[in-house]
Amino acid sequence: MKSNLAILGDKESILCFKAAGVDTFGATNDDVASILRRLAKQYKVIFVTDNFAEQTAETIKKFDDQTYPIVITLPSKAGSNGSGLALLKSLSEKALGVDILNKEDK
Amino acid sequence: MARLNVNPTRMELKRLKARLKTATRGHKLLKDKSDEMIRVFSVKLRENKRLRQEVEEQVSAVFKNFALAGGTTEKEKLLSAFSTPSTTLSVDTGWSSVMGVEVPKLAVSVTKGKHDYPYAFSDMTSEADYSIKAVNGVVEKLLALAEIEKTCRMLASEIEKNKRRVNALEYVMIPQLEETIKYISIKLDENERSNVARMMKVKSMITQE
Repeated sequence: MKSNLAILGDKESILCFKAAGVDTFGATNDDVASILRRLAKQYKVIFVTDNFAEQTAETIKKFDDQTYPIVITLPSKAGSNGSGLALLKSLSEKALGVDILNKEDK
Repeated sequence: MARLNVNPTRMELKRLKARLKTATRGHKLLKDKSDEMIRVFSVKLRENKRLRQEVEEQVSAVFKNFALAGGTTEKEKLLSAFSTPSTTLSVDTGWSSVMGVEVPKLAVSVTKGKHDYPYAFSDMTSEADYSIKAVNGVVEKLLALAEIEKTCRMLASEIEKNKRRVNALEYVMIPQLEETIKYISIKLDENERSNVARMMKVKSMITQE
C-alpha cells in the first residue's frame, strides 16, 4: 500500500517541503480543520504546522483510536510554540498520572 | 458494596463462583497487560521527546533557510522552482502490535530524480540549495517521529481504557460477586440448619406419641 505525505500550513513556508516530495496544502485559521478532515481520507501521514495546533486538536484527537491517518504537528516558520512537547506531557499525565519527562530535567 | 439481585440457590451459587473465577483471571491478565503497556509507553515517550526536539530544531532551520531563499529571489520564480519536486516520496504503511494495540509502522522509499535540485543553479541562490538539502534530510526523521508519536498517542488512550477496565473489575465486579456468594452460602447454611431443627422436632414428636 503506497500513499504520499501531506503537509498543511501557511502557503509560503511549507513550499520547501514540496521539493522533497511532500504534497503541500495552504490553509488559514478558518479552514484548516475542514481541510484536515478532507486530507485525512486521502493521506496516511499528515504534518500540520503548530500555529494551527489549537484549531486542529479536536480533529486529531478523533484519530487516536485508529492506526491511520497519522497527524503530527511541526514547528512553523516562526519556530516551535511548544505544543509538541506539551502534547507529550499531557499524554504522559493521561496514561501514567504523572509527567515523567519533566521529572528527569530537574 | 451492593450484592447482586439473585435467588439464593445452589444453582446460582455455582454460576457465581464460575463468574468470580473468570473475573479474577481477567483482572490478573488485564493488570499484566497494563504493566507491560506502561513499560513500553515510558520507553517510547522518552524516545519521542528526544526525536521531537531534534526534529523541531531541524525543521525550524529548514524554514529559516527557506525564508532566506525567499527573501533573495522573486516570488514567482521561487514558486515555480519549488513546485516541481525532484524526489518522489512514497511511504509503505503497515502496522505492528504492542500488547494487542495496532500501532503504525512506516517504511519510506525515496526515489531520487535525475537532479538533486528541481531548478537550474543560475535561477536560484544558494540558500535555496541549503533548504532543499535540509528538507530532504529531515523527512525521514519526520516519519520516524510520526510513527513514534502516533504509537504514544494510541498507547496512552489504550492504557487509560485498560485502567478503567482493571478498576471496574477490582473495585466493582469482584467485590460484588464475593459478597453475593457469601450471602448465598450463608442463606443456604441457614436453610440447612432450620431443616435439621425441624427434623429433630418432628422426630421427637413421633417418639412421644
